[in-house]
Amino acid sequence: MLDAKIPAGPLDDKWVDYKGHCKLVNPANKRKLEVIIVGTGLAGASAAASLGELGYKVKAFCFQDSPRRAHSIAAQGGINAAKNYQNDGDSVFRLFYDTIKGGDYRARESNVHRLAEVSANIIDQCVAQGVPFAREYGGLLSNRSFGGTQVQRTFYAAGQTGQQLLIGAYQALERQVALGNVKMYSRHEMLEVVKIDGKARGIIARDLVNGTLERHFGHAVLLCTGGYGNVFYLSTNAMGSNVTAAWKAHKKGAAFANPCFTQIHPTCIPVSGDHQSKLTLMSESLRNDGRIWVPKAQGDNRKASEIPEEERDYYLERRYPAFGNLVPRDVASRAAKERCDEGYGVGTSKQAVYLDFSAAIIRYGKIEAGKEGRDDVAEAEIITMGKEVVKEKYGNLFDMYEKITGENPYEVPMRIYPAVHYTMGGLWVDYELQTNVPGLYCLGEANVSDHGANRLGASALMQGLADGYFVIPYTLGNSLADEIYAKAIETTHPAFEAAEKEVSDRINKLMSIKGNQTVESFHKRLGKIIWEKCGMARNEKGLKEAIAEVQALKKEFWSDVKIPGEINEMNPELDKANRVADFIELGELMCIDALNRNESCGGHFREEYQTPDGEALRDDANYMYVAAWEYKGESNWELNKEPLVYDVIKPTQRNYK
Amino acid sequence: MEHYHMNLNLKVWRQKNCKTKGEFKLYRVENISSEMSFLEMFDVLNEQLIRDGDDPITFDHDCREGICGACSMYINGKPHGPWQANTTCQLHMRAFKDGDTVVVEPWRADAFPVIKDLMVDRSAFDRIIQAGGYISVNTGNAVDGNSLPIPKDDADASFAAAMCIGCGACVAACKNSSAMLFLSAKVSHLALLPQGNPERKSRVMNMVAQMDKEGFGACTNTGACEATCPKEISLSNIARLNQEYLMAGLTEK
Ligand SMILES: Cc1cc2nc3c(=O)[nH]c(=O)nc-3n(C[C@H](O)[C@H](O)[C@H](O)COP(=O)(O)OP(=O)(O)OC[C@H]3O[C@@H](n4cnc5c(N)ncnc54)[C@H](O)[C@@H]3O)c2cc1C
Ligand code: SF4
Ligand code: FES
Repeated sequence: MLDAKIPAGPLDDKWVDYKGHCKLVNPANKRKLEVIIVGTGLAGASAAASLGELGYKVKAFCFQDSPRRAHSIAAQGGINAAKNYQNDGDSVFRLFYDTIKGGDYRARESNVHRLAEVSANIIDQCVAQGVPFAREYGGLLSNRSFGGTQVQRTFYAAGQTGQQLLIGAYQALERQVALGNVKMYSRHEMLEVVKIDGKARGIIARDLVNGTLERHFGHAVLLCTGGYGNVFYLSTNAMGSNVTAAWKAHKKGAAFANPCFTQIHPTCIPVSGDHQSKLTLMSESLRNDGRIWVPKAQGDNRKASEIPEEERDYYLERRYPAFGNLVPRDVASRAAKERCDEGYGVGTSKQAVYLDFSAAIIRYGKIEAGKEGRDDVAEAEIITMGKEVVKEKYGNLFDMYEKITGENPYEVPMRIYPAVHYTMGGLWVDYELQTNVPGLYCLGEANVSDHGANRLGASALMQGLADGYFVIPYTLGNSLADEIYAKAIETTHPAFEAAEKEVSDRINKLMSIKGNQTVESFHKRLGKIIWEKCGMARNEKGLKEAIAEVQALKKEFWSDVKIPGEINEMNPELDKANRVADFIELGELMCIDALNRNESCGGHFREEYQTPDGEALRDDANYMYVAAWEYKGESNWELNKEPLVYDVIKPTQRNYK
Repeated sequence: MEHYHMNLNLKVWRQKNCKTKGEFKLYRVENISSEMSFLEMFDVLNEQLIRDGDDPITFDHDCREGICGACSMYINGKPHGPWQANTTCQLHMRAFKDGDTVVVEPWRADAFPVIKDLMVDRSAFDRIIQAGGYISVNTGNAVDGNSLPIPKDDADASFAAAMCIGCGACVAACKNSSAMLFLSAKVSHLALLPQGNPERKSRVMNMVAQMDKEGFGACTNTGACEATCPKEISLSNIARLNQEYLMAGLTEK
């Protein structure tokens, strides 16, 4: 049985009480305790910096050449916090409520409430570090709104919020490196967890520059390794994002929860051809000002500019008048797919819808003219003024769109289509962010997070930093307080020996296959299976087929993959092969999880379970649980259920109409 | 936008590791779509090399959307290639035409040793940040974010400098391999904010000292860095850096 270790007491008091009563480690003892942190994105860098400051001996690992390049850097739109600076009725409770509802009632109340509580501290911390958030002319912080909410609580730095937050955390981390509290291992990939007497006590990492395997001991191991969206091959994730660290932990006993909860983001640049290696997001913040539409007629081949207003279908505004273009992501993505499947799509591929800024440009232009007290401004000048405002808000996104597509979105509407973006599933963790393997913690996107079956925009950055800055410093101490007499274990211990051998055997096996098909080609095929059968819409038949196909693909991979080069050198193809092998296994579990969940909720849409007007149909009586899968051997998992208990919020059908 | 296909001749720097000498090798790629990114064209080439039993070309990349700073190719004599304000990963093949020859090299600077082929070691940048590129504030020490109003212009100017992605193109473009644009961007980001004030002097002194130690060259104001920077980091930051450095030197006890 999994114990979520939720503290007793009223929801509002849980975290305060926990902090007041958890065990502490005194400074002299902290210096004797070693902590391994794998991953230095927002979650890992903030944890490494904070734990280093507290005096723990930290070793941090990332596969990029510098922690500053973690995938968090790419987050665009913003970060939520219940500051209520706009006086528009926001509060900790409302952020908590929106997150639970947005997640379609599949997240744990206690964790989400804590997240909302610490959200305000994150903004303060980042400002103090020098994160240059957008500001108003009065010098105060500016906010924007994001999907799934009706208040303005999103803090941002143009379209580069993740970059600025990560640079802040990276700088705090580098400061600890300089002070000698953190040792940083860049271009290192963790390939195994070392367990001794049931506890996580270290890792095996590979130095990617020369291929050497290294053993590292820690009194605790924190995995902050990001999401697994690249199982779909095409996603908005960075090329190197992978599931390997979490998967290795899973195979060593850590339960993997809700793997089928993946988020398809509604506004991405459509696929342009077979050469496509990744997809690019156009931030959700664009939905504040852009209107989404398709032609009212099927198969309309006219240019956007030739389609008159009355022949356009603003389908989100039509279907969801209360939230309009700002419905949550899962709802917006499915609506786009529905229109395209029905033959209303645009562009050459017909797998796209328009995101149009012309109305916003005119609206802003008029406001600008109004500010100057002029009411005689010609339309052309209004448009010029409006474009300036739009540029100030979204300039970098528009530039990026133009670089990729060669089209100017100030003049013609953007073409967008949903793409894989985020994974709500991940390693199961309790209230303390500890997995069911003692000593093994998981933070950030890699854990089964606070977002249930669907994440609201601007909440991942919040969660990553909450976990790293404000949660783990307390919860880790609570168990390390019992470890102060535990001496560091020599890495000559047989468990290290065995784990290293496991890794080297696996690498040798991969290299010795010497087959005919490239790693990339396997990854593409895997992605196609998962996208088509476990993507935006799923059904029993497709999932069963997918499971068989993935199993067959796995066999083929292990008998016919072709990896060039040597083991003891920089060899990106080998690194990729290691990752793809794990993605294949994860793909199978995703389909099993999706097949098990006979309901639709959030990002998990089972075609068999929908309302007459095509909305997701939840089954709270039977599926109000976290599905935590334990690995029992090849293609064999055991399901553990963590029931979700709603003490404060009463689950209802989500309604954005 | 009209799409087209092209065949290209590539002249690519190959080097096994930092201890061996490198050389240019010639490759041909065919039927490349103008819609591909430059790195997707390299993906095609690498798949081809693997199938032919050759060693694929190693290069750094990750986000492929111009923000992580990993990609770093010196293309036809320009870091990140021909487009203005652009990274290698965001360069698209419509920048080239059928029959073109494209020469691709790694960043070249003593402080950035080659790891393999087009991949170099830029950890010197991390060490420069370690020398002082931060505000010393521990987690939990912060006051309310709005307790310190910052004029919008200052915040915007700070942000403009903070946009640096740490790619190192400025160094690669500079005939002296100077890292002044990178360093000045960080110094400006922090010096323009009131939070950065207390450590202003020590920061600039320590970071400059580290830069010199890493073996980057001196700045002779040629402006090649600004012209090549994908984030359009302005030369005025270098002027600010010089000023900060001078002030710090004058008032040092
Ligand atoms: C394009 C895009 C835009 C987004 N925009 C927003 C937004 O506006 N607002 C928002 O809230 N969220 C946004 N998100 C989501 C958010 O960015 C991520 O969920 C979040 O940044 C993840 O942070 P992380 O620290 O958990 O992981 P990451 O930043 O992915 O970091 C993972 C770390 O783990 C390391 N690592 C992984 N595997 C290994 C291994 N085996 N060995 C060693 N190291 C390893 C990596 O090197 C890296 O350091 C966006 C996501 C994308 C893709
Ligand atoms: S200043 Fe420009 S060129 Fe230099 S590292 Fe920063 S972004 Fe790259
Ligand atoms: S790959 Fe990230 S900037 Fe080019």
